Amino acid sequence: MSVLVLVENIEGNFKKKSFELVQYASTVAKNMGKTATALVLGTCNKEAMASLGAYGATKVLHVADTQLNQLSARAYTKAIVAASEKEGAKVIVAPHDVVGKTVAPQVASRLKAGLAVGAVSYPDMNNGFVVKRNVFGGKAFAFVNITTEIKVLTLLANSFQVQKGEGAASVEALSVSFDAKDFAIQVKETNKVTGTVPLGEAELVVSGGRGLKGPENWGVIEDLAATMGAATACSRPVADAHWRPHHEHVGQTGGTIRPNLYIAIGISGAIQHLAGVNGSKTIVVINKDPEAPFFKAADYGVIGDALEVTPKLNEAFKRFKAAQH
Amino acid sequence: MKILVCISPVPDTTTKIAFSDNNTQFSTQGVTMVINPYDEWYALVRALELKESGAATAVNLVTVGRADAEAIIRKALALGGDEAIRIDTDSNDPYVISAQIAAYAQSENYDLILTGKETTDYNNGAVGAMLADQIDANYIGFASKLDVASGTALVTREIEGGEEVVNCPLPLVLSCQKGMAEARIPNMRGIMAARTKPLKVVPAADIAELSKIVAYEMPPAKTGVKMFTIDQMDELVATLHNEAKVI
Ligand SMILES: Cc1cc2nc3c(=O)[nH]c(=O)nc-3n(C[C@H](O)[C@H](O)[C@H](O)COP(=O)(O)OP(=O)(O)OC[C@H]3O[C@@H](n4cnc5c(N)ncnc54)[C@H](O)[C@@H]3O)c2cc1C
Ligand SMILES: Nc1ncnc2c1ncn2[C@@H]1O[C@H](COP(=O)(O)O)[C@@H](O)[C@H]1O
Repeated sequence: MSVLVLVENIEGNFKKKSFELVQYASTVAKNMGKTATALVLGTCNKEAMASLGAYGATKVLHVADTQLNQLSARAYTKAIVAASEKEGAKVIVAPHDVVGKTVAPQVASRLKAGLAVGAVSYPDMNNGFVVKRNVFGGKAFAFVNITTEIKVLTLLANSFQVQKGEGAASVEALSVSFDAKDFAIQVKETNKVTGTVPLGEAELVVSGGRGLKGPENWGVIEDLAATMGAATACSRPVADAHWRPHHEHVGQTGGTIRPNLYIAIGISGAIQHLAGVNGSKTIVVINKDPEAPFFKAADYGVIGDALEVTPKLNEAFKRFKAAQH
Repeated sequence: MKILVCISPVPDTTTKIAFSDNNTQFSTQGVTMVINPYDEWYALVRALELKESGAATAVNLVTVGRADAEAIIRKALALGGDEAIRIDTDSNDPYVISAQIAAYAQSENYDLILTGKETTDYNNGAVGAMLADQIDANYIGFASKLDVASGTALVTREIEGGEEVVNCPLPLVLSCQKGMAEARIPNMRGIMAARTKPLKVVPAADIAELSKIVAYEMPPAKTGVKMFTIDQMDELVATLHNEAKVI
C-alpha cells in the first residue's frame, strides 16, 4: 500500500512544485507507515524520474504513451486509477494546477473517494483525515474531513519548504490500455508563454495597477521583476484597458496566486483584487495615497510615487543581489 | 443542440467573511447572495450567445439548492435561458452536487454542459469534472473560448504556462473562465419574462457526502504594516531577507 503522487514533467524534467509534491506525499506516507510512489505520464527522462527519490519517492511508475504529452482528462484519469489500483493507494495527491484541478475531481468521482483541493497542510489523522485548505479566495481556511477509504488531494504550491535528500527511486513502466475515446480531444494549436516565470507557480510577483498611469510606464515593473526573477501581474482594469495581457490579471475574476512575496505597485487594494492575492506570504504595497486600503492588508509599505519608488527599490535589489555573490 | 448551464448561488464578493457556532458554520447573516460570477458572466452568457447565433436550440439552467436559491435562479433566467431546474438539496461536497446534477442530466441528453471554473466561496472547481465522469462525457477545464460546429466543439483552454486550441466531440462538459464572453446586465423585458419562465423543482437523489467541512479558520490578522520611506529601500530589501525570509 502506498501514497500515489502525480507529478508533471516539463519536456522530460521536473520543477520545484513536483519536488514539493513528492516530499509532501512521502511525508504523508511515512505518517501512515507506507511508502510514496510517483506517477509520471508521457515522455520523460529516466534519470529525472529516478532523482525523485531524493525527495522521498521509493518508486516511480511511468506510463510512457506519447499521447499523454497532451492533457486529456479521460486518459489521465484512467492512468491514475490504474496506478492507484496497482499500488493499493489510499491517498492520491496531485498538484493544484490546471492538470491537477482537471483530473483530481475525475479520479475522486471514479473511485468514489472524498476530495480536498488546494490543501495547505498535512492531513491530521488523529480525528479522521482532516486537511486544511483555502476557501473564499484565500480569505479563510476550511478543515475538510474526508470520510472515504481512499482520499484525493491537490496541494497548493509553495505550501512547504522543499529539502533535497539522498536516494534514487526505482523506475517501473506501467502500461495502460487506452481507446480512441480517451484521446477524443485533439490539439490544434499550443501557445506557451516562454522566457518568463509562469505566474501560477512564481514565488515572487511584482504587480502593477492603474497608478502606473499607462502601459508606457511598465518598464519599471518589468525591470524590478527581471532583477528579482519575479513574475509580473496586474489589476483587472489594467488588463481590461489592454495595458497588459489578460493572463496577468489577478483577483476574484482573474488568477489566484499565493507567492512568497507580492509587491503591489499603484494598486488600491479593492476586495476583489485582494481575493486573488491575500494568500501571499508577504505583501509589500507601494502607493502614493497613505489611505489606500491595500496598506491594511500589507506587511510592508512605502508611500510615494510608483515611478520614483520602483526604480529605487530595483537599485536596492541589485545591490542586495551583488552582495550575495 | 441542447445546453445546460450550472448555476451556483454564492455570497456577494464584497461579503465580510465570518463564522458562527464555534467556527463550524459560515455565517449567512446579512449576506447577499449572487450568481457565481464565472457561471453568470462566462458560462451563461456564452450559452445564450450560442442560442442567439442559432447554434443551440435550448439553454436550460440547473441549480442544486434549497428554496432560498430561487431568487438567484430567477435572476439568471432574467439574463436568458428557457427553463430552470432546482434540485432540492444542499451540500458543500462537490461530489454530492455533481452526482445530483448527473442524476438529473443523465436522461436529458444535453450536448453541452457549462459550469464556471470554480465557485467564489468554496473554490472547489470540481463539479464539472466530476459530472463529466459520471455521465461519461468529455471534459475540458478552464476554457476561455468556445464555438460549436457540426457536433464538434472548438475550445481554447488554459494549460500550464499558456493556452491551447482543441477540438472535441460532444457531449462535452466545459468549465468556463474569463475570455468566454462579456458580462451582460438583465433588461426589464428579461426580468418580466423570467417571472413566467418554468422553474421545476426536482427531489434530490439519495447521495451520501464523501467529505465534510468540520471547521473554519480566519488567517492570522496582519500585525500592522511596517512603513519605509523612499530613502530606505536597502532597509526594505534587508527586511524582506532577514525578517520576512522571502528573498
Ligand atoms: C465583481 C467584480 C469583480 C472584480 N474582479 C477584479 C479582479 O479580479 N481583479 C482586480 O484587480 N479587480 C477586480 N475588480 C475591480 C476592483 O473592484 C477595482 O476596481 C480594481 O482592482 C482597481 O484597480 P487598481 O487598484 O489598479 O485601480 P484604482 O482603484 O484606480 O487604484 C489605483 C491606485 O493607484 C494609486 N496611485 C495613483 N497614482 C499613483 C502613483 N503615481 N504612484 C503610486 N500610486 C499611485 C492610487 O492611490 C490608487 O490607490 C472587480 C470588480 C467587481 C465589481
Ligand atoms: N449548487 C450548485 N448548483 C449548480 N451548479 C453548481 C453548484 N455548485 C457548483 N456548481 C457548478 O460547478 C462549478 C464549479 O463549482 P465548484 O466545484 O463548487 O467550485 C460552478 O461554477 C457551477 O457552475
